[in-house]
Amino acid sequence: MTRHASSALFEMRGITVHYGGFTAVDHVSLSLPKGRAIGIVGESGAGKSTLARVAAGLIAPAEGQVLLAGQPLAPIRRTREQRRRVQMVFQNPDSSLNPSHSVYRILSEGMLLHHTLGSRPSREVITRRCLELLRMVGLGESAGILSRRPQAFSGGQRQRIAIARALAVNPDVLVADEPTSALDVSVQHEILDLLAELRQTNGLSLMLITHDLGVANALCDDIMVMRGGRSVVHKSTEGLFADPGPQYAQDLLAAARSVSIAPGMRG
Amino acid sequence: MNADASIISNQEHPGAAAGSHADSCHEPIIRVNDLRITTAMGNRPLIDGISFDVQPGETVGLVGESGSGKSLTLRAIMGLLPEGVVLADSESISISEHKRLAMIFQDPVSSLDPLTGVARQVAEVMRYNQHLPRREAQAQAADLLISLGLPASLRAADRYPGQLSGGQCQRVGIAIALATKPDILLCDEPTTALDVTVQLQILDLLADLRERLGLTMLFVTHNLGVAAHLCDRLIVMQHGRIVEAGATEDVLNNPQQEYTRRLVSAILPIPGEQDR
Repeated sequence: MTRHASSALFEMRGITVHYGGFTAVDHVSLSLPKGRAIGIVGESGAGKSTLARVAAGLIAPAEGQVLLAGQPLAPIRRTREQRRRVQMVFQNPDSSLNPSHSVYRILSEGMLLHHTLGSRPSREVITRRCLELLRMVGLGESAGILSRRPQAFSGGQRQRIAIARALAVNPDVLVADEPTSALDVSVQHEILDLLAELRQTNGLSLMLITHDLGVANALCDDIMVMRGGRSVVHKSTEGLFADPGPQYAQDLLAAARSVSIAPGMRG
Repeated sequence: MNADASIISNQEHPGAAAGSHADSCHEPIIRVNDLRITTAMGNRPLIDGISFDVQPGETVGLVGESGSGKSLTLRAIMGLLPEGVVLADSESISISEHKRLAMIFQDPVSSLDPLTGVARQVAEVMRYNQHLPRREAQAQAADLLISLGLPASLRAADRYPGQLSGGQCQRVGIAIALATKPDILLCDEPTTALDVTVQLQILDLLADLRERLGLTMLFVTHNLGVAAHLCDRLIVMQHGRIVEAGATEDVLNNPQQEYTRRLVSAILPIPGEQDR
């Protein structure tokens, strides 16, 4: 069953998900080379978050296969190592961070579970790694932060903590489901810059779920437009904006453009 | 839509559109003068002395990020302040005499009663405001909803909010506001919860209603693109204060304040075909 043919680090083939009688994702395939970013865009109910959850191994597809470095992953029951390599960041950092855990505990849990620092790391080693992660996501390096709980931080800072948690176990693939939708625009910019930088420095591959074409354009090499569970069009970002193809993609781009302003292009 | 235009024409206020040119050219329809709102517990100012006027027929956008006080300002004008906050001086807001306010809300689904048919909800407002008989109100409500783009089958059978899409529910919210025959429409992020294609439909609907009914609009949004699409003037808020105000084009093309520049530069462009 092992296949080494493609250059893709991460692949989804013919993914189909049903919720009862409803088909949320309908035979969707994509491949993600190392260090590249793909944006999954579409409106509510398009199936983008369901696809993300299949990618992260949180939902088992009815049909189709997810492959990491050519190896098929078991639906849901992935090995610990496979789980480590594909991490997810959720839309709302308020509900994805345990409010009663300190930042130290939030960041260290994954490292300890996945033995990324060896089997029994000392507290100093863990602390050093935590501070390194906080610096990486732009939260400073003061040890005082580690004892604080999520509510002591702003929404943008919490999303940085959630990203740091995902990075803590050195993943190859980051699945980010609307990571900036709950944030103010100026904060959104910072988080997108951070994700772009992490791609550069860590060679992280990124699967970004967003309803916002501006966000996808800012960060992604390729974009897949989804509607009603299907992939409507899947091209390079440049290619899509130059020639969106199917009518739905044209309408979506036109609607997004009409309420978007490129600075200096108005008037 | 034209067939039903009479239903949403503003018969009681024929001067609403024309009046802006005739008698009330220099008389603002909304005047906010040194508005201050604090928390009931402490003295922390939430709105810290803001002033602005809205002229009849104008569409003014209140823009800013979370916590800027834009929604609170709108709610103060509507008289719908949440519990736990205090308006320092009720005189700080004045509305022109006999001018009526209505408001539409961010989350169209939760602002409707899930257990009552939507035509009936609109009819209730008509009965209360216009003292129409029940059957008459029900028929007019269905007509109004259909003129705003809901399916014509509403005339035969009412539907519950849960049977409608988010965009359709927002049209119901707009119908409820229009059923009061307002002169001023206050909009609190009315398209934020909607998909982008639906957002455009709702913005176009609001622009169309503004033209036909001569509505004055005060529009709260965090989205500068949405504000630019609809508003003549923008008021940029941060931390309960006005940072900058001016004509939409000026604010976006030539922002004077660092904060406004930051907001404008944070807009992510959607490449156009002309960029190729």
